Amino acid sequence: MTATAEAPAATEIGKDRRRKEDQRLLTGRTRWTDNLTLPGMLHLAMVRSPHAHATIASIDTSAARNATNVVAVVTGQDIADTQGVMINAWPITPDQKAPAHPPMAVDRVAFAGEVVAVVIARSAAEARDAAELVDVQFDELPAVLDLQEAAKDTVLAHPDLETNKSAFWRFDSAEAGTGGNVDEAIEKARADGIVIEREIDQQRLIPAFMEPRSVVVDPTGEQITIWSSTQIPHIVRFALAATTGVAESKIRVVAPDVGGGFGGKLAVTPEEWITFAVARRVQKPVKYTETRSESLQSAHHGRAQHQRLTLAATKDGRVTGLKVELIADLGAYVALVGGGIPLLGAFMYNAIYKFPSYRFDCQTVFTNKTFTDAYRGAGRPEATYAVERLMDELASEVGVDPLEIRQRNWITHEEFPFTTVAGMTYDSGNYEAATAKAKEMFGYDDLRAEQRQRRDAGDRVQLGIGVSTFTEMCGLAPSRVLGSLDYGAGGWDHAGIRMLATGKVEVVVGVSPHGQGHETAFSQIVADRLGVAFDDVEVLHGDTQISHKGMDTYGSRSLVVGAEAVVRAADKVIEKAKPIAAHLLEANVDDVEFAAGRFGVKGTDQGMGIADVALATFAAHNYPEGIEPNIDAESTYDPVNFSFPHGTHLCAMEVDTETGQTTMRRYVCVDDIGTIINPLIVGGQVHGGLVQGIAQALWEEAVYDESGTLVSGSFVDYLLPTSADTISFETGHTTSPSSYTMLGTKGVGEAGTIASTPAVVNAIVDALRHLGVNDVRMPCTPERVWRAIHSAGSGGATEGAAMPHFDEAEPGQPSTEGAGQ
Amino acid sequence: MTQISLTVDGTQVTDDVEPRMLLVQYLREKLGKTGTVIGCDTSNCGACTVHLDGRSVKSCNVLAVQADGHEVTTIEGLARNGELHPVQEAFRECHGLQCGFCTPGMIMQSVDLLNENPHPTEAEVRVGLEGNLCRCTGYHNIVKSVLYAAEHSGEKAGVQ
Repeated sequence: MTATAEAPAATEIGKDRRRKEDQRLLTGRTRWTDNLTLPGMLHLAMVRSPHAHATIASIDTSAARNATNVVAVVTGQDIADTQGVMINAWPITPDQKAPAHPPMAVDRVAFAGEVVAVVIARSAAEARDAAELVDVQFDELPAVLDLQEAAKDTVLAHPDLETNKSAFWRFDSAEAGTGGNVDEAIEKARADGIVIEREIDQQRLIPAFMEPRSVVVDPTGEQITIWSSTQIPHIVRFALAATTGVAESKIRVVAPDVGGGFGGKLAVTPEEWITFAVARRVQKPVKYTETRSESLQSAHHGRAQHQRLTLAATKDGRVTGLKVELIADLGAYVALVGGGIPLLGAFMYNAIYKFPSYRFDCQTVFTNKTFTDAYRGAGRPEATYAVERLMDELASEVGVDPLEIRQRNWITHEEFPFTTVAGMTYDSGNYEAATAKAKEMFGYDDLRAEQRQRRDAGDRVQLGIGVSTFTEMCGLAPSRVLGSLDYGAGGWDHAGIRMLATGKVEVVVGVSPHGQGHETAFSQIVADRLGVAFDDVEVLHGDTQISHKGMDTYGSRSLVVGAEAVVRAADKVIEKAKPIAAHLLEANVDDVEFAAGRFGVKGTDQGMGIADVALATFAAHNYPEGIEPNIDAESTYDPVNFSFPHGTHLCAMEVDTETGQTTMRRYVCVDDIGTIINPLIVGGQVHGGLVQGIAQALWEEAVYDESGTLVSGSFVDYLLPTSADTISFETGHTTSPSSYTMLGTKGVGEAGTIASTPAVVNAIVDALRHLGVNDVRMPCTPERVWRAIHSAGSGGATEGAAMPHFDEAEPGQPSTEGAGQ
Repeated sequence: MTQISLTVDGTQVTDDVEPRMLLVQYLREKLGKTGTVIGCDTSNCGACTVHLDGRSVKSCNVLAVQADGHEVTTIEGLARNGELHPVQEAFRECHGLQCGFCTPGMIMQSVDLLNENPHPTEAEVRVGLEGNLCRCTGYHNIVKSVLYAAEHSGEKAGVQ
């Protein structure tokens, strides 16, 4: 009767299923936004400001308008009243200052790359040719580029605001009642203990997803349909409706195949808004696909923070307080959640440790650079890097192994649940177990022996061992907590399950994948929960017409929040099906039990499968009085707390002391992410995360010249790691399931990125510590490492950035953060 | 406009193209071969890698007119009779892809690599794929996929 595969017992969770997504991706049958072509579709090319800060004196579009097959040229003035505005969903303080952010600049630009006009033509090539003909006269204004300079308010990014300071946000454990007074702890440590002070630059990074952003808008028909390469179709739909006056019900947003995001597509983008405005204006389908250079220049950047850190400890290395003074570079505008990114780290600086006092001060500032927002980890990598670097420095001061100093301070497994000095309640974890396992896999003692031997022999190539015992907060986020932090929305998610007459199961989710494998992992979860076959489950997502409700994918939330909604919807399906099954089995509903996909009557061998109940419900010929013939169900799940994955990462780096060249020799990580649904997918998430974190330590930086031009504006200059730069990793797990989730999952998307950066830099510093080096600024290029070695004794922190982009002997510009400055 | 004739995934095609049109634009825009994608402007990322007469090329680095009279194989022509190519199968088996955007180029380059060197070491695979960027996988499982293909299909892995 029904063509369904045989339903197994609950064995799917934990199985390394090959992905359902792969067949189309492996064979090129993909639906990237840029693949879409609609009848009569027109193409857009953006005209962007080459200046970091300028007023627009005039725009002459006549030559462009007369170019071959150009349909229109639109400036900011033309659509000033209809284009809407870019929203900030997280004003972190009531008095936060924020300039208006029009999608297309109307009279002034505040960063190089801001759009000032758009050309609409019959082909993309013709649009680009004509964009070259748009003549924009700019009157340049002074630009502020450095975040510390910006905090001085000497040059203003937005003169009308009269300051570059956007918001000041503080968490103080003494004020909050979660701990002591950090100033007292520091004073005491200065008199009779250890004080470690460090300034750290979290360099600007670029998410650099592989698929450039693309948006297609079709205004024909009853609704306006938008296909966009986005992580957040639901939020885009809401924000378009809220800012353009078009009814939300008249907007459909589709995220088809999306080629990576890493937070970079957690955005409402000026380009989406401009394309939407143009489509409404010309009443034809239009497409805009960015070039890689446009993407690097104008898609939001991440990190860009300056940290001043003061750690107080007793002489035997027990931390008594941590003070964090942070300046965060917003760039030119407060992006969607840009202002709040540092706050996601605010609760994590104390990490896995029992710090008795803590203060976090954060000043967000404007500069005339690309605006910043979420990039994988978002606030938590910066916090983790800071504390894990400090713990290594403390170990050095005390003269003990870095793992020993951590053990003296960490929360032991008997102490969970543990409320931290930042006010978070960690429900579960076992730092001892993860560390013991990682040490064993790594061969920690042997490598330490080799390190000593190389030091004693004075080898040219020295060995360093880097430790990172991290934790993070995942599963964004309990809505009430978000409310208390002035976030503009909730953190719930939504799922629906439809039991089809043919025995197939459709699962509709509000989270929106772009490489994470939701179709596979969620199928496994539903297969177990409903006792149906993995292949009978279809997961639908990424289209607001199909999935009408959701908060989308970011912050390691899809499994921890989205899948919890799925589980609850599945349980509702069972509850709704039970009285129908009882009716059909002619049994009392209290005597009916559900197990492994079958409703059985207690104490008998009578029963029926859930697919048969679905079919009987569809036919609706015979069902109990007083209920609907429907066993489909929906659930909206609002998490009760964050989840707190943790892990111990160990990295061995070899450093050539003559050239500064670093080579990764081994990387071992043991992560506790709670219950694992699919180990194959988890492995992939860990590997990819590790390399993004390693890349911050070693290679990547968005470098601007002194006029505010991004000089690392192509893949020639922005150094994404290649297969030849990286190694294979050794990964393992310990498991303490989250007590906050039904599945016990904790989230894994960001773990690798958060943990790996300090492990790598700690290893480099560890290799060179006997030479007097106690810090190397990121990215740790060979030049910087070499300089650190050769300035040893003065602390060794290198000044300046990566290799200068231009030969300094040539006319042109060394980077503002150029070497040797 | 210049007239070109070539074979793409086994089918003979003839078109008038602008001399400046890139092979990747020709494949995507004229033939609808959207399995081959564009990831950068500087021939760094390799997402557009196809085979030209059996050797891998970045199709953003070849003009359509240069392909005149030649044979092009894209990711869409790799599987035969519904059977995945051994390298495609290896990427699935080893989870060598996540978002899948770099995958077509990565697979085409891997096939070429194995044609050249059917039994590569890990280091040889890493150097051989250096011209193809991936942001999701950290390369770990991509490298594993290529080694798996070499091990499980021997000399046949690279054969088209």
